[in-house]
Amino acid sequence: MSESREAIFSRIRGALQPLHDRAPYPEYPDNVATLAGAGAAADLWTAFKVRTQLVNGLAFDNVAALVDWLREKKHLRGYCDPALWAEIGGSFGDDFHVERVFDRSQIDTYQFGITHAAGALAETGSVILKDATTASRLAALAPWVHIAVLKREQIFPDVAAAVRSLGSDPNVIWCTGPSKTADVEGILIQGVHGPGVQITVLA
Amino acid sequence: MKYQQIDQYAAKISQEKRAAVYDGSKSGYDSRLKALFTQYQNPDDLRRLAGRIKQHTIENLDTYLPQVEARMQANGVKVHWATDGEAACREVLAIMQARQARKIVKAKTMVSEEIELTPFLEKNGMECLETDLGEFIVQIGHDHPSHIVKPIIHKNRREIATLFEKNGLGDYNDEPEVITRRARQYLRQKYLEADIGLTGANFVSAESGRIVLVTNEGNSRFCLAATKVHIALIGIEKILPRDRDLAVFLNLLARSGTGQQLTVYTEFIQGPRSAAQPDGPEEMHVIFVDNGRTDVLASDCREILRCIRCGACLNVCPVYRQASGHAYRSVYPGPVGAVLSPLLAGKKFPELADLPKASSLCGACNEVCPVNIPIPDLLLRLRDRGKQEGSEAAAAGMPPMGGYAILASQPAAWKTALALGGIANHVPTPLLPQAAKTWVETRGLPPWRGGKFRAWMKNHRKTS
Repeated sequence: MSESREAIFSRIRGALQPLHDRAPYPEYPDNVATLAGAGAAADLWTAFKVRTQLVNGLAFDNVAALVDWLREKKHLRGYCDPALWAEIGGSFGDDFHVERVFDRSQIDTYQFGITHAAGALAETGSVILKDATTASRLAALAPWVHIAVLKREQIFPDVAAAVRSLGSDPNVIWCTGPSKTADVEGILIQGVHGPGVQITVLA
Repeated sequence: MKYQQIDQYAAKISQEKRAAVYDGSKSGYDSRLKALFTQYQNPDDLRRLAGRIKQHTIENLDTYLPQVEARMQANGVKVHWATDGEAACREVLAIMQARQARKIVKAKTMVSEEIELTPFLEKNGMECLETDLGEFIVQIGHDHPSHIVKPIIHKNRREIATLFEKNGLGDYNDEPEVITRRARQYLRQKYLEADIGLTGANFVSAESGRIVLVTNEGNSRFCLAATKVHIALIGIEKILPRDRDLAVFLNLLARSGTGQQLTVYTEFIQGPRSAAQPDGPEEMHVIFVDNGRTDVLASDCREILRCIRCGACLNVCPVYRQASGHAYRSVYPGPVGAVLSPLLAGKKFPELADLPKASSLCGACNEVCPVNIPIPDLLLRLRDRGKQEGSEAAAAGMPPMGGYAILASQPAAWKTALALGGIANHVPTPLLPQAAKTWVETRGLPPWRGGKFRAWMKNHRKTS
């Protein structure tokens, strides 16, 4: 293995050795690729809602509105992060069957999965999930509906700001709307491997 | 010879497939234009900036690669190095054997196509399943991808429905939604049974050792939620110096590739899962793959290593649209492939030396490139190299240019030839010299107007 490493490095050195002036790292402002006005919104939650709807995501202002929607769609079986359930479980009625342990041998029995959002991105309408605060990667992915529970103060204005705050978590994922494909004749289909419905709810 | 070589390969591809590629690539181009030019005042400045960042990176790989290796190791990642495709395949196999693993689920990675990983693993008794819908369809159809971003751009729904029926994935049904649901049902069991999730990487930050993966379907996330071991196969050119560069490149990649602001899933991976997380890899391996890249770095075409595989140059290219991906006979088709494929081919360069000629040098590929690669210049350099190396494919259809070289280097001879050239208007084709004959085989010869410019210039000087 170290032989391969040495071979590759010696070839790289050989290839770069004739270059006298190597291209410098260009200076640029952090917001160079930020959409005009993305950071200027006074209310980041409203800005986020507009953006997430553009990518076919749903956003609810409170848990009661979410519960109404779930009931209307007859999504009554699901999973919820146990810590979150202590906070929001009271808003769900007896007609719901919500488990607090995600059983990977039964992934198709969960209609929805509720987990913590570690943040959100107003510029793109993305929710941010981190390993440290996501109770189960599978529970946020396998059910048809994923619900991310967000606090208002966790919203970043833009991509550059969210990159600056990646932190030291080993796994951070931004989810921008439901899972989708256009592989078959360019026709958009939602819900390929991940959720067909991506919901963010403020709580 | 009547056409370019690529036309002969394209002629073997069915009209139906070529029409599908034409439509698919055109719509990809339209959505990209909309995303970039309605959202940014000056997207060209952004492309140039990204190009400079990448150029800086590849010219300093001797600094950044050791840096990224050290960061990854500090993050708990095992780093491996592979000089060529075979070595990379063997590294994957060795990791599997050490874990007594038998099954891999794989998210889309172009490097794995390049090193022919799946056939290698299957020969060694392993299972390696594609999970990207398009790549999955390619795999069960024993086909090859024909586009970097849209692997089955050449297939229509009827073909796919027939394939699914043949492979026991339900009765014939060509509704895209039904096809997608069946793949969803089938593949989620496969993720859960698999031992290892294998991915590529879109970007790697040298500063933090993070790798970034983008997908729309969520398949790479499923690979990394269901399996216990993560292997990432990464070309050595995928580095970016700093985390902040990721913001620039993520914004450009999705817009250039699919016309999205961001892809649905953007995953930043810095190591094995955290202690409290029940799902995902407890072990992470990165295999850095050379496989010809250091040769490209040593060549005068090193700019091609800036490429971030967005596919924009394929979508815009009139030759790609007409010829379709398979006519390029290599993993990377289109303008980027016409440069990269012969370069990565090593000793097989002569076999692909016709590809740099599969271009009218119109420059559209350079204009759309998110990292501003001067593809037409690189194509010219490769044409030159093909000729210098005496490759047959590079010379096919080219008239001998010796006579022209003499004329062009001696002003007196040039002047005489201009004066006498008018005779050519009256010479019947069979009597033309070989060079001119090759030309008129496929196109008409314009009437001789030699010397007009010189005369104009002379008068122009007098009057001004």
